[in-house]
Amino acid sequence: MSGDKLLEVQGLYACYGKVDALLDISLRMRRGEIVSVIGPNGAGKTTLLSALIGLVSSEGDVRYAGQALTRYHNVAERVSRGISLVPESRELFAPMTVEDNLLLGAFSRHRQGHRDQHSTLAEVYALFPRLKERRTQAAGTLSGGERQMLAMGRALMARPTLLMLDEPSLGLAPKIIGEIFQIIRDLRSTGVSVLLVEQNARAALKSSDYGYVLENGEVALEGPAAELADNPSVIDTYLGRKKKNTAPVEELTAIG
Amino acid sequence: MDWYVFTFLTQDGLTTGAIYALIALALVLVFAVTRVILVGQGDFVTLSALTLATLQAGKTPATVWLLLGGASLVCVKMLAAAAREGRLAQAPRILLMQMTLPCVLALVCWLVEPATLPGALKVLLSIVIIAPLGPVLYRLVYQPVAQASVLQLLIISVAIHIAVIGISLWIFGAEGFRTLPFTSGNLDLGEVSISLQSVLVIGIALALIVALYLFFGHTLYGKALRATAFNQRGAQLVGVPTDLAGSHAFLLAAIIGAVSGILIGPITTLYYDSGFLITLKGFVAAIIGGMASYPLAAAGAFLVGLLESFASFWVSAYKEVIVFTLVLPVLLWLSLTTHHVEEEQH
Repeated sequence: MSGDKLLEVQGLYACYGKVDALLDISLRMRRGEIVSVIGPNGAGKTTLLSALIGLVSSEGDVRYAGQALTRYHNVAERVSRGISLVPESRELFAPMTVEDNLLLGAFSRHRQGHRDQHSTLAEVYALFPRLKERRTQAAGTLSGGERQMLAMGRALMARPTLLMLDEPSLGLAPKIIGEIFQIIRDLRSTGVSVLLVEQNARAALKSSDYGYVLENGEVALEGPAAELADNPSVIDTYLGRKKKNTAPVEELTAIG
Repeated sequence: MDWYVFTFLTQDGLTTGAIYALIALALVLVFAVTRVILVGQGDFVTLSALTLATLQAGKTPATVWLLLGGASLVCVKMLAAAAREGRLAQAPRILLMQMTLPCVLALVCWLVEPATLPGALKVLLSIVIIAPLGPVLYRLVYQPVAQASVLQLLIISVAIHIAVIGISLWIFGAEGFRTLPFTSGNLDLGEVSISLQSVLVIGIALALIVALYLFFGHTLYGKALRATAFNQRGAQLVGVPTDLAGSHAFLLAAIIGAVSGILIGPITTLYYDSGFLITLKGFVAAIIGGMASYPLAAAGAFLVGLLESFASFWVSAYKEVIVFTLVLPVLLWLSLTTHHVEEEQH
């Protein structure tokens, strides 16, 4: 199956009231790929994911698995078609146990008549052993890293074809970030395609096949992730200047 | 006060308390899922009791036409939405889903002579006529304004309640009704005499509470409803359609209201507008639970029932005053202990 197109976005436009959030975005994604979208705050990265899942209304031509996405009117329908979003704010059910949170992740499949949530749960626990240890704890008592794992686990319970992650590394310690990205790379073997929005451009591009740079609601740059990571302007703006060539004195005089 | 009076008042208090507990649970449930303070909850109670009284008098209850009309309006609204979004292919499914039950009920009421129905079927028919009014109400009134503030939703609830009272007066008239008792027996335990009617009411109410507990604690649908109450965005993202959660919460509330009506019907004389006081007392209990805790709300309801019962014995004229004064210390306590969270602006 790898190689065929999963997502084709042409001229996507979305706005909040009178403020344009996305202008004419075009983006493509193949099955099994990890694609990352990087860019500064307010570039429209979160809006892009919200528009794709149906939380924000948008215009434009979006084809998902060969069909127009506009056929699926609301979030619930898109979730049932295999699109899952892990939002930046996680949106967990704080007073409920970890296991209940995960089982609710399978709500959409359950509604369609699938009764495999317990085997899916075992797979998710295998991916996140920490969640299994915490399974009777209330979600609200988890640490930041565990919450991110729970949010991802809950999304995976829906057995998505396209998993969209919004800032999975936000607010996490470097060691945990490493774990999270390792899991994202591991997902590749399960056939899940990942659309990743990240501020942590270095980690994101290192784990992806392809990348887009979003600025002011438009695609400013795109290319294979490895090429983007070597692109001077990307390095300059998003990855930070490599220290070896620049002497601090020069910078000081330049600024002075 | 002698022993006999004490046991009588306690029984009376626990019986009405059980019904208030049901009302309080419904109010907490609807508020948690949809942020609507359902002033009309008590109206489900009176509508179902008056429907049963009408059936017992051998007449066809006009509430079935109310249901048929409401369901037709919902259908029109859903078909219009489907047409707008270009999915008219779903039209037969919408018609089938929305109209089957109301049409069947209307046919039953039209073809069958109510007097010939056995008593239990009349009870069942009353519940089945009133329960679907909950989702009808949600889809017609609350779903289009789901994003409104709590205050706006409350104002809408008051308006709906007044409209329902008007319809109720038109359908049933101004006279009071009392339904037939389920049983007239007494259970004699030494010096204490317990009426079987009370035992039955408390038993059914408790069974319903346990059933609700099992539904919310042990089924995925129940958990999904609770999850929607905790985090609507999160529930949407796992595929719970917001309007489905809302209409299911209203369905449960209407079922609870209808059953409460059947239970309270033989105990008190109900008028077309009795629903408001019933809602208020359930509301006092729900407030005791902070509009969030089901067990506290249920406990509060029994407190309200007992207080009302004993107050009516000692200072009958002040019984409502005493019950509603109970809210003051509770609100004071809540305002001192919980830190206030501003409602999210939309």
